[in-house]
Amino acid sequence: MSKLNIELPGLKLKNPVMPASGCFGFGKEYSEFYDLSVLGAIMIKATTLEPRFGNSTPRVAETSAGMLNAIGLQNPGLERVMSEELPRLAQFDVPIIANVAGSVEEDYIEVAREISKSPNVHALELNISCPNVKKGGMAFGTNPEVAKQLTKKVKEVSGVPVYVKLSPNVTDIVEMAKAVEAGGADGLTMINTLVGMRLDLKTGKPILANRTGGLSGPAIKPVAIRMIYEVSQAVKLPIIGMGGIESAADVIEYFYAGASAVAVGTANFVDPFVCPTIIEELPVLLEQLGFEHISECTGRSWKQNGSLAYYRA
Amino acid sequence: MKRKEMCEIISQKEIASDIYELTLKGKWVQEIEAPGQFVHMKVNSGNDPLLRRPISISSFDRSRLECTMIYRKAGRGTKILAAKEEGMMVDILGPLGNGFPIEEVKQGGTALLVGGGIGVPPLYELSKQLAAKGVKVIHVLGFQTASAVFYEQEFLQNGEVYIATVDGTMGKQGFVTDIIDYHQLMFDVLYACGPSQMLKALEQKFPDKKVYLSLEERMGCGIGACFACVCKETNDLKSTEYKKVCSDGPVFRAGEVVL
Repeated sequence: MSKLNIELPGLKLKNPVMPASGCFGFGKEYSEFYDLSVLGAIMIKATTLEPRFGNSTPRVAETSAGMLNAIGLQNPGLERVMSEELPRLAQFDVPIIANVAGSVEEDYIEVAREISKSPNVHALELNISCPNVKKGGMAFGTNPEVAKQLTKKVKEVSGVPVYVKLSPNVTDIVEMAKAVEAGGADGLTMINTLVGMRLDLKTGKPILANRTGGLSGPAIKPVAIRMIYEVSQAVKLPIIGMGGIESAADVIEYFYAGASAVAVGTANFVDPFVCPTIIEELPVLLEQLGFEHISECTGRSWKQNGSLAYYRA
Repeated sequence: MKRKEMCEIISQKEIASDIYELTLKGKWVQEIEAPGQFVHMKVNSGNDPLLRRPISISSFDRSRLECTMIYRKAGRGTKILAAKEEGMMVDILGPLGNGFPIEEVKQGGTALLVGGGIGVPPLYELSKQLAAKGVKVIHVLGFQTASAVFYEQEFLQNGEVYIATVDGTMGKQGFVTDIIDYHQLMFDVLYACGPSQMLKALEQKFPDKKVYLSLEERMGCGIGACFACVCKETNDLKSTEYKKVCSDGPVFRAGEVVL
């Protein structure tokens, strides 16, 4: 009996673990290390309408228990993602969650409409929270009304459920979550990166060419846990939690906060095998903690009734 | 094929001021295909520091499964690495990258190997392999100062060596380009690794020759998935085509990418 299978809108997952968008490309590089079919799903790199080169380098800098990135949504553009990247992923038995990004509403809508037609795309992740692009991205992710409208428009054209990726760089994340829920979102993914900087000791200047970047890694986990704890009590949407996950214990903590699935990002750079390792270790940990199924863990930090199982497949 | 492996340190010693020579043993050494490839090394378990460090392969012995790297002790990761001793383990991901194309020069031809500071190490395996196939190898190595110089004797085994130091405390005072000019060095192929100003100078100096440059860039994953280490293709009007230093490089033909 599987302890890990989960069913979310659009996603019938063998386990709730998936690589986070931006940290796994389109799967080609990591497929050299292990069979991607072991993953619950794959969140592919953001796709924009036109190919994007992204920001000048340096694009990354390490921080304590984390890293800053300012990639700038580099991707080959909708046409190439649909003609090359998605078909290549179809050889694996794994649902794809397509991260959709843009600078203007029309671009988001066009990408969402087209990419949701791809047979292996089972859900969209609406990227309204990338802090590394001049237009769009975070602009959509900090204004609740704008986010709600965009969610609504994307929902109108998408052939698959839409998960909205929330930015932590807001005063009130619960307000953002409620707004996109009102816009018709099928689920949430959170959190995206926190805005940060590093300055060079010799020059005094920012290390990143973009000056600021998004902070990810273990350092941000407490921020994400708090936000999921609050949001999961305020909305009825399932949450895919992410931010510094590197172990099975981290996964359980995210579930306790209110997540029903998780994504692993930065940890892939440290250990290319982190996702399959976590997937293997989860049933052992669940057994130790006394759970029959991982879904029993969702919201344990705030739920009154201890043994409710949500989203169990 | 890339491998992830815990490798035992066979030896480590400081060979110049803050420059360390580390030899380790692992089965992944059998996967090395060309000189100039590198590894992505996790120096500690845990999150301090978090990320892997890209370090060039300086030389290797496939039959002994041994690989030698030379690095500068500079930041948190390399400080921890420099303190490790024989018998301790390090986590290696590799071999990564494309390496220098040694097939570009034939037996009897002349190869000019130009290195700057901590760009010198990957040239050593290149030098060994070129000399072994009957290529005349000339080395031009630039350092800051005499205390920073290393491997002069090792390179001498394979061909002539010219040393330049910025402060003139050893060899010729000045840069590698000054040596090339002064001695009017001729070559069929030039291979270089070092600071980007040095690579740019060589690219501009020899537009019509076969020149191969090993680049460096801050990296995330080291394997081509994260887009941290990109550089632009030179002849690209649309400016969205790119190369990844970790997987398309680190070695590129001069003029192929924007330095």
